[in-house]
Order: sequence, then C-alpha cells, then structure tokens
Amino acid sequence: MSKKTIMLGNEAIARGAYEAGVKVSAAYPGTPSTEISENIVKYKEIYAEWSPNEKVAAEVAIGASISGVRAMVSMKHVGVNVASDPLYTAAYSGVGGGLVLVAADDPGMYSSQNEQDTRMVARAAQVPVLEPSDSGEAKEFTKYAYEISEQYDTPVIVRTTTRLSHSQSIVELNDRVEVEDKVYERNVRKFVMMPGNAIGRHLVVEERNNKLIEDSCSFPINKVEYKDTSIGFITSGIPYLYVKEAMPEASVLKLGIINPLPKKLIEEFASKVDKLYIFEELEPVIEEQVKSWGIECIGKEIFTIQGEYSANMLKKAVLGETIEIKEAKQVPARPPILCPGCPHRSVYSVLNRLKIHGAGDIGCYTLGAVAPLNVVDTTICMGASISTLHGMEMAKGKDYIKNWVAVIGDSTFMHTGVNSLMNMVYNKGTGTVIILDNSTTGMTGHQENAATGITLQGDVTHAINIYHLCKAMGIEHVYEVNAFDTKALEELVKEETARDAVSVIITKAPCVLLKGVKFTTKCRPVMDKCKKCGVCLKPGCPALTKNEDGTIKIDETMCNGCSLCMQLCKFDAIEEVEA
Amino acid sequence: MDNMMKTTRNIMIVGVGGQGTLLTSRILGSIAIRAGYDVKLSEVHGMAQRGGSVVTYVRYGEEVAEPIVEEGQADVLIAFERLEAFRYLQFLKEDGVVIVNDQRIDPITVVTGVAKYPENIIESIKDEFRMYSVDAMNEAKKLGNAKVFNTIVLGVAAQHMDFTKEDWIKVIEETVPPKTIELNKKAFEIGYTI
Repeated sequence: MSKKTIMLGNEAIARGAYEAGVKVSAAYPGTPSTEISENIVKYKEIYAEWSPNEKVAAEVAIGASISGVRAMVSMKHVGVNVASDPLYTAAYSGVGGGLVLVAADDPGMYSSQNEQDTRMVARAAQVPVLEPSDSGEAKEFTKYAYEISEQYDTPVIVRTTTRLSHSQSIVELNDRVEVEDKVYERNVRKFVMMPGNAIGRHLVVEERNNKLIEDSCSFPINKVEYKDTSIGFITSGIPYLYVKEAMPEASVLKLGIINPLPKKLIEEFASKVDKLYIFEELEPVIEEQVKSWGIECIGKEIFTIQGEYSANMLKKAVLGETIEIKEAKQVPARPPILCPGCPHRSVYSVLNRLKIHGAGDIGCYTLGAVAPLNVVDTTICMGASISTLHGMEMAKGKDYIKNWVAVIGDSTFMHTGVNSLMNMVYNKGTGTVIILDNSTTGMTGHQENAATGITLQGDVTHAINIYHLCKAMGIEHVYEVNAFDTKALEELVKEETARDAVSVIITKAPCVLLKGVKFTTKCRPVMDKCKKCGVCLKPGCPALTKNEDGTIKIDETMCNGCSLCMQLCKFDAIEEVEA
Repeated sequence: MDNMMKTTRNIMIVGVGGQGTLLTSRILGSIAIRAGYDVKLSEVHGMAQRGGSVVTYVRYGEEVAEPIVEEGQADVLIAFERLEAFRYLQFLKEDGVVIVNDQRIDPITVVTGVAKYPENIIESIKDEFRMYSVDAMNEAKKLGNAKVFNTIVLGVAAQHMDFTKEDWIKVIEETVPPKTIELNKKAFEIGYTI
C-alpha cells in the first residue's frame, strides 16, 4: 500500500510509530505534543496510555523496551525535564526493543512557560536526536529512529517544534512492519544501574557517541544540496524550510541528526562554501560545536535566540533586504480567556472578592493571573502551586499565608501536585489547597486522567477519588463543593484559610467544552431591573457586554447558563430561562 | 496544472479561538490536495485557542516550502470576525482579497474597558482592499444552526479561489461530520451565491 494524504506533524509521528511496529506508547498531554498519542490510539496494534506524568510515561516505555518490544514516549519540552531522571540513565542502560522519545519544543511559546531547547538536554544526556522538517519526514525519521535505537543500543529523541507538530503537509503512507520482539535475557550489568555497572556503561555511552559521530556522516537523513557555493547554510528542522523559501539558490547542509553532529560531513561542507551560516532556532547548539572545531561561521551574531524564525527574517539578516511591510493597525489585544460558563471563573470571582492570593499552576486556570480576575500570583511548573505555597509558609510563618491558597487542576494534581501535598502534610504545613476539578485535562484539549475513570483507549477504569486520596494522606479537612455555589465556597475559603492545618477544597464542575456536558438553562437580563452597576461584568465572562445605555447584554449563543452573573446581581436583574 | 498555479497561493484564516478556523483550513487544504497541489497548513492549538486571536495559514502550489504566510504575502484573508480582519490586514498583498464575517466579538480588553472596539472597520478595509462582507451568523441562524456560519463564509471565499463548485461540495462531504453534511452544503451554497 502506498497512499498520499495530508497530515499534521504529530499525526505523522504517530503513523511512523505504527509503521515501525511500535507496540507500546505512553505520554502525558502537553501542547504541542498531545496529538501524537491521540493519533496513536487509533491504531489498535499499539497499546497506548496516558500516564500521570512524563517520568512515569518514560519508565513505562523503558520497561516495554527492556521486555523486547518497540516503544514510544512523547511529551512537550518541559515534560522532558520531568522525564529526565529515567532518560539520563536509560542512555546508559540502552534498550531491548527500539525506544524513541518524542520531544516537542515550543519556540515562540505559544502554549508554554519557557522556551527551552531539548537539544541541550540531549547533549547532556548523550542521546541521539533526529529532527524532521515536515510531516513526510516526521513519519520517516520516526521509523529511522527505531533503526538507530536498536543498532546503536540507545534511546533516540525525535525532536519536533510547534510549527512542525501543528502544521500539515503531505505524507506517503506505507504498511506496518511487524518487528519480532527481542528475546529478553537477564542482563544485570546493562539494566541494573548501580555504580559498579554504571561505570562500565558510561564507557559504552562514550564509545557509542564516538561511533555515531563517524557513522552519522553517511546517514541518509542528512542531505547536502550544493548550488551557489558563495553562501552555505547548515540547518535542520523547520528552519530548513525558511532557507528554501528565502534563498533557494544557496547551498545547504540539512542535518537530519543533530546530536551527535556528523563532524566530517560538516567539515567537508564548510570547506566548499565561501560564507557559512548556521541557521537554527533557539540555542546555538550546532553553532557552538562547529565553532569549537575552528570552523568560521555566522550564527547568533545575526539570528536571534528568541522565538520562531521566518523566510523574511532570514532575507533581512543575510541579504540586508528591507521588506516593505504595511504598518499594523492599532487594535485592542485579544488574549486567551476562560470560556463562558467556565467553573474556574466562578472560583476566581470568589477568591478575588476575598482578596486572596493564588499560588498557581499549569492549565487554563493560569489565566486567573490576568485582569479582571487577578488572583494567581505565581506559576512555575506542573505541581508547583502547593509546594511554592508551602515554601512561603516555611519562610515567613503560617500567618503570612492566611490570605493565600494554592490553586491546581485535577490533572495537574495527579501529575505532580500529589507529591507536593504529601510534603505539606509531612512537614506540618497549614496551607489551603483548592483543587479545581473539572474532570478533564482541559487546556490541551480534553484528555482523560487517572481521576476521570476512562483510559486513553476509551476503556472504563477505576477512577482515583481525589477526596479519598487526600483523606488517606491524613488530611482532616477535605471538602467537595460545587464550583458554582459561590456562597458555600466563600464560607469554606474564609474558614479554611483561617485554620492552622492543611485543608483541601475540591471545587467540582465539568469543563464546559467537555463532550456530554449539557446546558439546560441560559441567563437572560431583566431589562427594567438592571441598575447598570456592572457587578455582573466583573468576572469577565465573554458572553456579557453592555448595551449603549449601560444596561447589561448577554449573548445567548455564548451563554452556558452557569448562573455566576445571576448570583452576583443584587437586583434580580438576571433570570434563568430554559436553553 | 495550469500556469497560474506555478506561484504559491497564500490563504490566511483568522478569527477568535473556538470559531472553527481549524476545520475551515482543513477543508481548504483538502481541496488543494484533491487538485494535485503541494500543500502546507499551519494551525494553532493549546492555550492560544481559548477565546484568543487565532490564525491559520494555508499555502498551496507546485512546491511549497515554508508553512507560514508572512506580512505582505496573503492572496486571501478570511476573517471570521471584524476586528480580527483589521488585526491581520498588513499580511495582505496589494491586490489581496478580504472576506469578512461581519460579526463583532468584544475581546476581554474591551469588555473590561481597557480598550475600545474600533469603529468603521468595514469601511476602513474597503478603502484599502477588495473586500466582501457577509453577516454569516444571521444567515446561519436562518438555516436553523448558527454553527455553520463558517461554511457560509467559506462559500463567499470560494468565489475568489481556483476550484470548481463540484470540488468544494465533494470536499465538504468528506470533511464535515456526517450528520451535518446536508446543512453544510446548504450553508456553502448560500455563501457561494451571495
């Protein structure tokens, strides 16, 4: 079978896993990597799961590999930090069946808290990295990664970026090749990484790396295009496409493997072009190595380490071309916001009223940092809300955090928040933790998690009960409250923040975008009662605006009938009607 | 492939997160593939989608390299909301076409009074570019389902692109959820004949 179709980069990676005979896939959702697992799950030949976090997912894949099958683990760039503990050591122990980690970087930070470059991690961990440029390559490189993984006995990283993961281009489909499982044999020196064994394996890692530096010069995933040799580019991934767009006549060395670098290939290319540019988004990973070999080249002197590149940017930097661009109109910004009927808005409106500070976490609810909600003061990484609040208390005393809470979503709580809560209990903290339980992993597009009772493959499973989990830690004050019952929530927050003990308030209401969530009511203004006070507008629901006379207007197509505005109105000027 | 299409065509679809720019760009991508072109599409997922300003790019031609459309390069700008059309105008070529769904959605900055929603956007665009506007929301409501407004907008845009009506209908049949095929076909027809 060979059929051409158009695919998202992530979809193509999933297809590559399928064609390569992968049998196990594990991941935690994270933009821009999520659709890899969402597409892998369509192939019944592959067992696929959402794990609670990237470290667990990586270990699941490592276990599958040790048992002899081809396995994949995928994550966003910051997920690599969480998974780096097993990754660094898996680089020592090597593989059984082929093992590929897909890392999706986010230059431009479309949906991330930082702009880190996975290639730096890969260098430190001494793991090979392949980087495709389009969906077709994403599929082929993924398959090739399994060949390298098994031939060189190493995990391999396939690195993608948002622009590749979330752009679609043409892919030629092939059949799946069933790969025979490797026979498992007990091998303590290879798979038990205690010091005596690891010392031996570190030598293996070094040898392997040196061999790859040689061998990768002839890997077919590298491409040399000699044209006009007065200018040459060394590039890879999405930036390669910008070179082709901006300067199709230039000579190009397109690297398919970017760690370790194919040194001889680069030296040869450099010797044949007059002026050499290294064109890579984010950190000067290739450039610094090439310069360290005494090769003259231009890189970050003219190309930024910030954000995404483009063809115009390249033309400007290399050719000095000024591209005439019309001035952008002065228009109001439209930042992302919480949806109409979002339960987070209800919780934040209460916290805002009580002038509570929020130690925040990663999810849609990070948007509670901005106007008009202004509750969230800190956001660092997954699970950090509870532990940063605890740190504040240990630094400044329990009275200091009486007007603070930690806010964390259900999926983020299951990810790493649970460890932080354990710590708060163990080390005698007194913080108040609000778990915003909307029964899904919302921001990444509604994935199941350990608390929802459904697996990635759609099977019904045991739903871990967050209430009982907190209780089992010995926390006496654990409550479940409807996220839209603002009165009850307000009372609870007042009581619990005053208490000298750990408390957990689980606010419950499903994400409005979740399938199967039905809205039976809508809110409607009662015009003659509206006093134009604007209190209902305060939480910033996008369905609410003002009429020209200052009375309230509710967009009926947007309203989900959550009743928050109705609860806020003191004049009964908003009523509930059937949807 | 005729000569005209040796040069790459650049389409931008802009709107507010949740309005369905993704589905529309995918329909566009499919029709270009069906016609035998090389195609690249860039989408926005994740946090940026939540009610924020979103943009997707569709490029097709004999051979397409970069997956994004840059300032001054768009042949067609399809905007699902007035302010969003205004925001991305500088991406159009001199002779580019703007298709605007004449709908106003206030960004949070306007709701909270930090900024003002610009007036006379439609008139102002018309002064600079060829522009076709449609109150697709209203037309869609007449059809009984406000959600198909974007297919109406696509119908208007289709008049300014290089594919036959039959091709559009086929691709819509293949792309939209099966239950909504008839509704979407009707919606497309409305846009196509406006």
